[in-house]
Amino acid sequence: MKALQGFAWLLVLQSAGEALARLLKLPFPGPVVGMVLLLGALRWPLVRDSVAAVAEFLLLHLSLLFVPVGVGVMTHLGLLSQYGLRMGVVIVLSTWMGLGVTALVLRTLMRGDGPKAGSVAGDGDTA
Amino acid sequence: MTDFVQLWVYLSSTPLFGLTATLVVYVLAQAFYARMGQAPWANPVLWSVVTLAAGLTATGTAYPTYFSGAQFIHFLLGPAVVALAWPLWQRRAALRAHGLRFALAALLGGATAAGTAVGLALALGLPLEIVLSLAPKSVTAPVAMGVAEKIGGIPALAAVFAVVTGMVGALSGKYLFDALGIGTDSTGWMARGFALGTAAHGIGAARALQVNDDAGAWAALALGLQVVIASLLIPLAARLF
Repeated sequence: MKALQGFAWLLVLQSAGEALARLLKLPFPGPVVGMVLLLGALRWPLVRDSVAAVAEFLLLHLSLLFVPVGVGVMTHLGLLSQYGLRMGVVIVLSTWMGLGVTALVLRTLMRGDGPKAGSVAGDGDTA
Repeated sequence: MTDFVQLWVYLSSTPLFGLTATLVVYVLAQAFYARMGQAPWANPVLWSVVTLAAGLTATGTAYPTYFSGAQFIHFLLGPAVVALAWPLWQRRAALRAHGLRFALAALLGGATAAGTAVGLALALGLPLEIVLSLAPKSVTAPVAMGVAEKIGGIPALAAVFAVVTGMVGALSGKYLFDALGIGTDSTGWMARGFALGTAAHGIGAARALQVNDDAGAWAALALGLQVVIASLLIPLAARLF
């Protein structure tokens, strides 16, 4: 029941987000506005307790949700055979650049602050 | 024999087929991934996509037929984006303390990923529609689609680019971080997770979560931040150029 309530909250806030984004012509997609709304609503234990369970479930299985769109690659085989190699080069290199810059920038910024920097829940090093 | 053919024709055209196929293939891919000790190359999204695309092509099943069922899973991307508020909320103390640093890292990393993608794509002479579809590739798929639509790219293509980007990050992140000397202390896991969430969105975050709880939480935080930053700045940047 808790999870069901939480899911209802997610849908209500997503709908509110869609409505706001459209009405106010915001530059964000509806779900993003919904996320910001939820961030504010999590103050209330009523919302927090019910959303926690469903949010954790959804985010744990987030990668499953990309499969249907990913399979859509089969409809772009024409583009792929024509530009595939170049698109691949662009994606791989730009992803590495993005990963590297983010990791190095954050590590540099956090270093000035001593070793305790981030840990909230302590180290869960498992791998 | 003809009975079987008729049965297949019937089943493969109902929404039940796409939904069942997606879930079953993913669960098997997940089990394979676990069996392989969560090796990056065994990534469950990669193998699910490859298996399903190959299966559909081999059986002559059209993508829209498949998607009529798979859309029920696809639909959950929206609520999942809303749910990203949860990890942000959980890390609100860290956000308050280091918000500026996170924002700076997310901004520079996101701009680098989008900027180098557009720059390289232009340099390699790719058509403008493809270039614009590549710009939001580091944001989670539903947002990438929205952004691409706004700036004149092809939403479906942007979603595929986003998924491929996520897989590249999940597959190669470990080796890249090792090569860059990013450690596995708490700051190291933070940098690794945050980078995966920033440049490789949900698929990178899922990988981070499987490897290290802490890294996973930072990845989810970065993912949430990147969604806001990218959907604000990419359309703005596109308008300027």
